[in-house]
Amino acid sequence: MAAFLRQYERKAHPGFDPNDRGYDRKLEEKIKHMSPEELDALMHGDWDDNNSQENMATSTPTPNALDHAQDSPLIVGGKTIASRLIVGTGKYRDYEQMQQALEASGASVVTVAVRRERLIDADGKSMLDYLDTDRYTILPNTAGCFTAEDAVRVSRLGREILDQLGNPGKDWVKLEVLNDKKTLLPDPVGTLEATKELVADGFQVLCYTSDDPVMATKLRDAGAASVMPAGSPIGSGQGVLNANAIAIILEMLKDPASGGDPDYPVILDAGVGTASDVTIAMELGADGVLLNTGIAHADDPVTMAHAMRHALDAGRLSFRAGRIPKKLYATASSPWDGVISYIPGE
Amino acid sequence: MKLNINGQEQDIDADRVDRLLEALGMAGQAVAVELNRDVVPKRVHATTALKDGDVLELVTLVGGG
Repeated sequence: MAAFLRQYERKAHPGFDPNDRGYDRKLEEKIKHMSPEELDALMHGDWDDNNSQENMATSTPTPNALDHAQDSPLIVGGKTIASRLIVGTGKYRDYEQMQQALEASGASVVTVAVRRERLIDADGKSMLDYLDTDRYTILPNTAGCFTAEDAVRVSRLGREILDQLGNPGKDWVKLEVLNDKKTLLPDPVGTLEATKELVADGFQVLCYTSDDPVMATKLRDAGAASVMPAGSPIGSGQGVLNANAIAIILEMLKDPASGGDPDYPVILDAGVGTASDVTIAMELGADGVLLNTGIAHADDPVTMAHAMRHALDAGRLSFRAGRIPKKLYATASSPWDGVISYIPGE
Repeated sequence: MKLNINGQEQDIDADRVDRLLEALGMAGQAVAVELNRDVVPKRVHATTALKDGDVLELVTLVGGG
């Protein structure tokens, strides 16, 4: 009887399909004919199912879906990153909008660029006046570098500034060695060369690269703290163009059966156009996502920053939960047992 | 003193890195200095001499992705 009532209760249990009930009609009939006293005893008395697994399961508190404490932390180059969403600080309408978008994104690590100080207008607004360097870990990039030599120079200059600021990102660099201004595709040879030199100089190199799995392993072997394959070209908003290539990178770098290390961080960098792109990357098993334009050039960057944050959580949780396999044909959610209608082919 | 600063030829009366930053109004700001392709850490700004023809890059952090 107790078992029947538990099943009957499933009707109102959140998270279950209300049609997914396989109750016993005979038991239902018995309950209908019980005296009020018997029914009351059944509803309020001690049930004989204290050892029931199902009962124990329902008494376990529902985990808070956004409780990151239950997730293993993302560690890159020996540092724990609180948020798996890393965002850029470029292309905002103004610094106030940047501040609000960073806040909404929940990011703890933000990227910046290293550029010449203006000699004429040195009294103009500085981004550093609007970026809380005590709150955010600053990840300087080498954007605009087309040779390994220049990327190493810029990395060292970035380190010097972050050292002056006392920021924990001072030995980090987001390495970009690009081929040309039009495609902004990474130069694999220059990237590998710069990675080796920067690793030897004590840097934690977070390495922007293409979605080529072979290149990814070579950068990992050269000592990169994280390999960051592009979903699609920088700022293109095309999302994850080759999910299979990203999946292969993740397998080669993270699956022990393929010589990988589950703790080795792989972060999708570049190409994100909208929130679902972030979710797709995280569902594939990426450890994080780095993006800038997708937020900064949205019609409403602050709202998009919120969306990106939730998209990352959704993708991460989905990855951890383990998706169902894809099947060619349908499988019914409602039971066939008890169907009153004509079923074709039966 | 003739110096090449951020790609521009400048005639500035500054014989040390710290004095150059002061002359340019950048003292106390987060600025990294590269002198003839080597980084000059802030702690040695006051002891690093400049000479005619030196090439300097003075850089800071800006928004970027």
